[in-house]
Amino acid sequence: MPLLHFVQSIDGYVTNEGIEVIAQKLELATAEVTAVSTFYTQYKSKPVGEYHVGICTNTLCAVMGGDAIFESIKEHLDIENDGVTADGKVSVEHIECNAACDYAPVVMANWEFYDNQTVESAKALVDGARAGNPPAPTRGPSRLVTYKEASAVLAGLDDGLAREGVQVGEPTLLGLKLSKEGKQ
Amino acid sequence: MMIKLLSQHVKRRGAAATALPSQLVMVQKRMFHPSQQMSQQFNVYIDGKPIKVDASYTIYQACTEAGVEIPRFCYHERLSVAGNCRMCLVEVEGSPKPIASCATNVRPDLKVITKSEKTRIARGGVMEFLLANHPLDCPICDQGGECDLQDISVVYGYTEGRMMEYKRAVEDKNIGPLIKTSMTRCIHCTRCVRFTEQIAGEFTLGQVGRGKTNEISTYIENMVTNELSGNVVDLCPVGALNNLPYSFTARPWELKSNYTVDVMDSLGSNIDVHTRGSDTMRILPRINDEVNEEWISDKSRHAFDGLRKQRLHIPLLRQPDGSFKELTLQEALSTAAEKLSSVKGDEIQGIIGQFNDVESILAFKDLLNRLNCENIDVRTNAPKYSADFRSQYLMNSRITGIDETDLLILVGCNPRNESPVLNARIRKAVGVNGLKVAVLGSAPNLPYNYTHLGNTPQTLKDLADGTHPFSAELAKAELPMILLSGTALERTDGQAILNLVYKLGETTNVINKKEKWNGINILHSEASRVGALDLGIVPKQSTKTKAKVVYLLGADNFRHEEIPEDAFVIYQGHTGDEGAYYADLIIPGASYLEKQALFVNTDGRPQQTRSAQAPPSPTTAWMRCALASLSWHPIWQSLTSLRAVALRNLR
Ligand code: SF4
Ligand code: FES
Ligand code: FES
Repeated sequence: MPLLHFVQSIDGYVTNEGIEVIAQKLELATAEVTAVSTFYTQYKSKPVGEYHVGICTNTLCAVMGGDAIFESIKEHLDIENDGVTADGKVSVEHIECNAACDYAPVVMANWEFYDNQTVESAKALVDGARAGNPPAPTRGPSRLVTYKEASAVLAGLDDGLAREGVQVGEPTLLGLKLSKEGKQ
Repeated sequence: MMIKLLSQHVKRRGAAATALPSQLVMVQKRMFHPSQQMSQQFNVYIDGKPIKVDASYTIYQACTEAGVEIPRFCYHERLSVAGNCRMCLVEVEGSPKPIASCATNVRPDLKVITKSEKTRIARGGVMEFLLANHPLDCPICDQGGECDLQDISVVYGYTEGRMMEYKRAVEDKNIGPLIKTSMTRCIHCTRCVRFTEQIAGEFTLGQVGRGKTNEISTYIENMVTNELSGNVVDLCPVGALNNLPYSFTARPWELKSNYTVDVMDSLGSNIDVHTRGSDTMRILPRINDEVNEEWISDKSRHAFDGLRKQRLHIPLLRQPDGSFKELTLQEALSTAAEKLSSVKGDEIQGIIGQFNDVESILAFKDLLNRLNCENIDVRTNAPKYSADFRSQYLMNSRITGIDETDLLILVGCNPRNESPVLNARIRKAVGVNGLKVAVLGSAPNLPYNYTHLGNTPQTLKDLADGTHPFSAELAKAELPMILLSGTALERTDGQAILNLVYKLGETTNVINKKEKWNGINILHSEASRVGALDLGIVPKQSTKTKAKVVYLLGADNFRHEEIPEDAFVIYQGHTGDEGAYYADLIIPGASYLEKQALFVNTDGRPQQTRSAQAPPSPTTAWMRCALASLSWHPIWQSLTSLRAVALRNLR
């Protein structure tokens, strides 16, 4: 699986060439590698933008404004779900839970969190990304890397940024705190 | 550049060093190993009834043992457990949710409830989900009438659907000329994927995507190329994978089933021939654990369509100008009788072809013997191995011996081509029993690990002398087995190879007297051979006299120089194959689907075929009947008496 990320870090998505090389190296059948790469949504079988933006539209985020963000961003960029802007800079995908419900509504770009988003802040994010200087994630590293760079990190090539910044915030621990205090 | 980067990145796996001498090449293939067996026994309660089962059982197996039927799609007795269809849900006491019985092991005093309201709702729910995306196109689906989904839906499903959404559609795949796909109908049980990987040993099919984009596919338009591929059609519980040549030709309720035996290889797979009227529509496997388990090769499944082409249905006599004249059967028989009695006995030569049954061969032998001809041979292109004892030409360890042996040496043998179903058994033994396989001869592409010992008869000699690097391994084996191909013996040094194999048998455990184990096995390539050898058919005279009349009993694989230019050639057979081109007189016959007859397979098991379809024309009499009127003997008048004699002659 790191190898699939590795392929993405070079080609930008999982190419057939990449699948063939992995199959050859790991002595697997190409069908098996394809099976894995198409199962996980982090592996893209089509090119994505330099900045891949995922907007959570799962229950919690949706009621907190996720649906509105998703609709407005699609309109703003004039693309559909899973589409890429003509300049190849930004792509948009709707996500079933970014695993950060405590900061709903959540938008992610190249797997970095942008918490408590609004339509405006999300627009600022994609506009910045198109201009080449996206705002820094609200948690984690101090700058947003490109999709290829992020894939390289997932492949196991540490860029030193992954452990930067806060990982677990106050709201994340709220439930734990409450339960420790014995409140229902 | 990526290849280079990746090489730095990946550590090679797999090539784990085995303790083999360096000059031996280990060919590695991926295998599946089942989990360990436990042998503790305890009681479980199925719907209140206690039943004693083994600890290795799943709830599903326990229910089957108790005679309770559980609906299922993905579970299959001969494949690994996938547990992905959820159709087999049952209620288990103490568990808040229903449990997939095929994927859950039993535990002591487990109480299973299969007939409760909870189970009914669970099953109905699963049915609803399966049908949410399954097209309701049964009227145009080839599986209609024999579809698990239809049947189970009728019993366990609801009458009306509640899904108002559009159903998804999936693109059909082109996976070869034998399998028709309608992938929209797939319910993702993955039986086809598991079969190709686990039984056939080919890794082309895979499950691609997830959720509603999930589909069974190959990696960009690949083909399924294994020799057993037709079996996925039988395994597919719905109409997603269908038999392509058979498609849209018949409905299952129009078909009549005829239990018979296959003759495409020497294994004698048990088959079920489905006919409509007088036409064979398709061939399916029958279960026989000692022969073909539940599989048949694609050749056995699809070869019958050849019986519709180039059939010989009228007796023909070649004219001086090379054209053929039609004869009546009586004329043909008297011409043959005239020709046969006009020459001396030793000027007649008989050659028996590969699809002949024991009765035909016996009648043929008797006829020629009466004419004082002893020159009859079934071993066309084969060495002169003798027929004095059965053990000289049989698969002595039997087919099931593959499950017992701990070391299998293939000599000049590519079971993948010669007997694909046997090959699947070997693969299974490699995976389940840890059977070691060694290959002597050219290294074939086999779906399991093997050690390649060498390429020449010298290797065999070294092994027999104990000087080969592999000898140590061989000496350790308790019940080693040699599988020697009949085709390997067709070489000019075939006799020498056979002698070396016997020598090897004597110097090692291959012949293990203590265990009553004879590990020398000959895998014949032709269905008729063992039967003929059982009847003692070996040429007993020197073949120096040039034959004036050659009688080919459906023989097509002879050496061309064996038939003298000026001889009168009689060809009795069912298809205008090679032998018919040599013929001066053609007497039509019946094929294996058209006669009730005995065949003896490579491990010496006599099996009877049943006539499934009629021979193509009324003038085509039974081969034996034709022979009978030639040999003028009352015993040939009735099939029963002939069979009785044949059975007495079989050892
Ligand atoms: S094609 Fe048939 S056998 Fe294969 S997964 Fe689909 S339903 Fe199962
Ligand atoms: S529901 Fe949106 S992050 Fe979990
Ligand atoms: S048969 Fe048990 S889950 Fe499919």
